[in-house]
Amino acid sequence: MNIFYPVQAFADWLTYGVFSMHQETLFAQAVNFFIFDTIKIVLLLSVIIFTVSIIRSFIPPEKIRLILSHKYQITGNLLAALFGIITPFCTCSAIPLFLGFIQAGVPLGVTFSFLIASPMINEVAIVLLFGLFGWKISLMYIVSGYMIAVISGVIIGKLNVEHLVENIAVRKMGAPLTVAELSWTMRLHAAKNYTYDIISKILPYVVIGIGIGAWIHGYVPTAFIARYAGGTSWYAVLLATLIGIPLYSNAAGVLPLVSVLTEKGVAIGTTLAFMMAVTGLSLPEFLILKKVMKTKLIIIFAAIVGVGILFTGYLFNYLLG
Amino acid sequence: MIIKILGAGCSGCAALENKTKEAVKKLKLAEVDVVKISDVQSIITYDVLSLPALIIDDKVVLSGKNPSVEEIMNLINGHRE
Repeated sequence: MNIFYPVQAFADWLTYGVFSMHQETLFAQAVNFFIFDTIKIVLLLSVIIFTVSIIRSFIPPEKIRLILSHKYQITGNLLAALFGIITPFCTCSAIPLFLGFIQAGVPLGVTFSFLIASPMINEVAIVLLFGLFGWKISLMYIVSGYMIAVISGVIIGKLNVEHLVENIAVRKMGAPLTVAELSWTMRLHAAKNYTYDIISKILPYVVIGIGIGAWIHGYVPTAFIARYAGGTSWYAVLLATLIGIPLYSNAAGVLPLVSVLTEKGVAIGTTLAFMMAVTGLSLPEFLILKKVMKTKLIIIFAAIVGVGILFTGYLFNYLLG
Repeated sequence: MIIKILGAGCSGCAALENKTKEAVKKLKLAEVDVVKISDVQSIITYDVLSLPALIIDDKVVLSGKNPSVEEIMNLINGHRE
């Protein structure tokens, strides 16, 4: 049985019962779709963000750094990308994190594996993918994102580009954070607050995204999108990736919209590439990283990840097309 | 006592600054300076990995979290003891 059956029943009751809309009309279907999707996504987000926050409370970045500073290529990259998945990424923390890792002796390539996986594979993107596209596509996304993070890190590690990291001599001040053992009460409390924070932050985008999605779902004919969003044209993946780069902060709102485009004929590989570009290639992050690395290194980093994303997009379009 | 908030302009940083000022007010502490530090060069000297961070008298007491006013009051009290 579909676990979202009660949600669908509630949406049906609200649309066709309480609002007494006619089931056959497009408007009623759009309203029904909107109510169902919004509740489903919020439920999924609450459960997953809460769970990840609990796991995360056991592995703070300080602990990750300690583990990774003893690791070398490949093993380090595999581990770093894994840790990146559970660590939330905030553009404003990119610099202290990057320098903190490098100066503790974490290899450059391993640091990059972490930096790539952290924003690209995050619980919000995964929940939205799962809720809107199902588990197969979210799994494809997680596995390809993980491979991109590991392989890009390994390549950067082999390129010997350490000299492109700005030489910032850090004079240590003060006493560093001592990571205190947390009690379960504190973990649960922090996880609850974090979940509430994140959901209230992204909810407007999600609701607007689902709203537009519901409208397209009901009103815009499939042929229209298939014609203009170029389902199978060769440049679709490239275009999707380029459009995704400046959309960083709106990942939550962009996804529901994309799900409907996919439903109407945009290829899966194109969608995956678009999502990865939205989360993994971020213009504000590049600008911030310029303070700690030469432009050349940022270009190398963006190019390698970009090629990985394009490859993923074309591969899935080819395999599933 | 000097309390520093490290943050490079993210939304959580401003929230932490306001809550810290409120905590100081609620504790009725005199002689406490709350300073916001957003310059990257100074931030990295504290060896924090996630922002915002809270520093009391040059000791990092919190990093990458969004605490409540009560939690900040506890951190300040804990430091004074």
